[in-house]
Amino acid sequence: MTAAVFADATTAGGYFLVLAIILPVAGILLSLVLGGRYAERIALILLPAGLAVAVAIFAIVWRGGEPVVYIVGGWQPPLGLALRADGISVAMLVTAAVVICATGLFAREEFRQPPGQPEARAPLVFWILLLAIWSALNALVLGDDLFNLYVALELLTFAAVPLVCLKGYEETIRAALRYLLFALLGSVLYLLGTALLYGAYGTLDIVLLSTRLRPEPVSWIAAALMTAGLLAKTALFPLHIWLPPAHAGAPAPGSAVLSALVVKGSFFLIVRLWFDAMPGLMNSAAAQFLATLGAGAVLFGSVVALRQQRLKLLIAYSTIAQIGYLFFIFPLAMGAMASEPWNDVGWTGGWIQLFSHAFAKAAMFMAAGLIAESLGHDRIAGFAGIGRVLPITTFTFGIAGLSLMGVPPTGGFVAKWLLLQATVMEGQWWWAAVMLVGGLLAGGYIFMVLGKMLCSADVPVKVCASVTRSREVVALTLALCAVLLGLVPLRPSALLQIGRPAIPAVNSR
Amino acid sequence: MNAAMLFGLCGAALVGFGLFGLVTNPQPLRKILAFNLLGSGVFLLFGVIARRGAAAGLGADPVPQAFVITGIVVAFSATALAVALLLRLFEATGQATLSADDAEEDSR
Repeated sequence: MTAAVFADATTAGGYFLVLAIILPVAGILLSLVLGGRYAERIALILLPAGLAVAVAIFAIVWRGGEPVVYIVGGWQPPLGLALRADGISVAMLVTAAVVICATGLFAREEFRQPPGQPEARAPLVFWILLLAIWSALNALVLGDDLFNLYVALELLTFAAVPLVCLKGYEETIRAALRYLLFALLGSVLYLLGTALLYGAYGTLDIVLLSTRLRPEPVSWIAAALMTAGLLAKTALFPLHIWLPPAHAGAPAPGSAVLSALVVKGSFFLIVRLWFDAMPGLMNSAAAQFLATLGAGAVLFGSVVALRQQRLKLLIAYSTIAQIGYLFFIFPLAMGAMASEPWNDVGWTGGWIQLFSHAFAKAAMFMAAGLIAESLGHDRIAGFAGIGRVLPITTFTFGIAGLSLMGVPPTGGFVAKWLLLQATVMEGQWWWAAVMLVGGLLAGGYIFMVLGKMLCSADVPVKVCASVTRSREVVALTLALCAVLLGLVPLRPSALLQIGRPAIPAVNSR
Repeated sequence: MNAAMLFGLCGAALVGFGLFGLVTNPQPLRKILAFNLLGSGVFLLFGVIARRGAAAGLGADPVPQAFVITGIVVAFSATALAVALLLRLFEATGQATLSADDAEEDSR
């Protein structure tokens, strides 16, 4: 049984996993040594290289149909550490690489060292943080050891927090500090959980743990502590209060990365924990509880978004709502626990929701940044006529919004359709009701903004700064990625099931 | 009561105090201190767990000790980052508070 799911040695292409983590780190070190003038160039060279590595890993896993494993230093778990790329991790890798590359291209003009002037600090810090987030995310999706994942999670937090207060305004510093305090509580709870698990089972390797874990109080307490900590980092309702000021206060490229990727990192870890490390431990009460919080997030986030006056805050609240959908994966994919939960359509639906939200939300924050730059403010009431000034950006915002609402032919539609289908198959109609209401509310807040953008202005629109076409195109490309996801077939994806253990180990005892 | 039990209970008490302080104290500096207390409790717990290795003939299981060292480094950097942010906040506003009401009053 163990041999079937766990490769003992590094598989072909395993070195790519190391490269995915090391490349951005090398960039950070080089930037620190060479200084700000080179930071941008180094990042722009590394972005396509990292994307190529991510695509290479994706291709190897896709073709082979098996997870790629790298045993660090040749030491076998439980003594050593392993890196492991399965179906969901390669999908995350590619999503992260695409979003980070787009963010880098988008941020080029905002964070450029002006020639002939003394070096500014913000550009150097921005490029370093961008690479740091990338490296931490890659380590997070590839890690196979719960303590290793803790370190990756902390690196992700330490890279994300300074990005919030890059502008140095006092409200952004306050937002960053509040974010950090929430994140610290989350990380220490997670660490406490790993301590209990190691004490009980003597290993933190996910694959080994899944074979040793027994449903007993210590596993439940550890799981509860770790999940609670990760929920604080994912900003699931009611632990969301740090998110809106943090995501709205960051510069536009920063908001895009934070909203699209960083909060997904801790969600990914929750899924790893429940579906891979502790299969069969979750009972339906826990799954229903998580989804109830998710439903609260969908309703609360959407209603509060409708009441926002400023675009970036509206988008941030929309992120809270969209995170809520992800948690429907637990009751819908766990429902058929007796068989194989990941064969369920809910599993695929939840993941496609994650990927399409990442693309759509990054595009939306970039569009909001361009609008704010062009108008000098982001008050929704003052948006009249912007559709004429920035047609491409308005179009970007519109199609990203369609994906958030779940209108075909977008990724958001596929995700919500699969999730709805899963609620029907599982007989849990109440989640379907929440999803439909959430979709309507999303339509409400998107059209509220779009309606303002497209109506003609009484007075000519005052444009503070012109934005270049290339940045508009970058945002549009991301939005089109969300649309492209709408073309995946409406059935459980084979890729996302690569590397799942065949039978929940606990049930097989 | 043996030594491991005593250490374990101390760890649990530290975790309890730290969690209480982190959740109930409104002051950011006290929250940071409470986080460190909570962290120390967890490290102590790791230390207790390391004694399991004694059964296998070793002095102690070295793996949890490695976890503690890494954990201390992470907690140290987290504390440094939090204190740096707090100092910046104090420089910018003259006060070190997270309360949103105060923030709005300041900015008006």
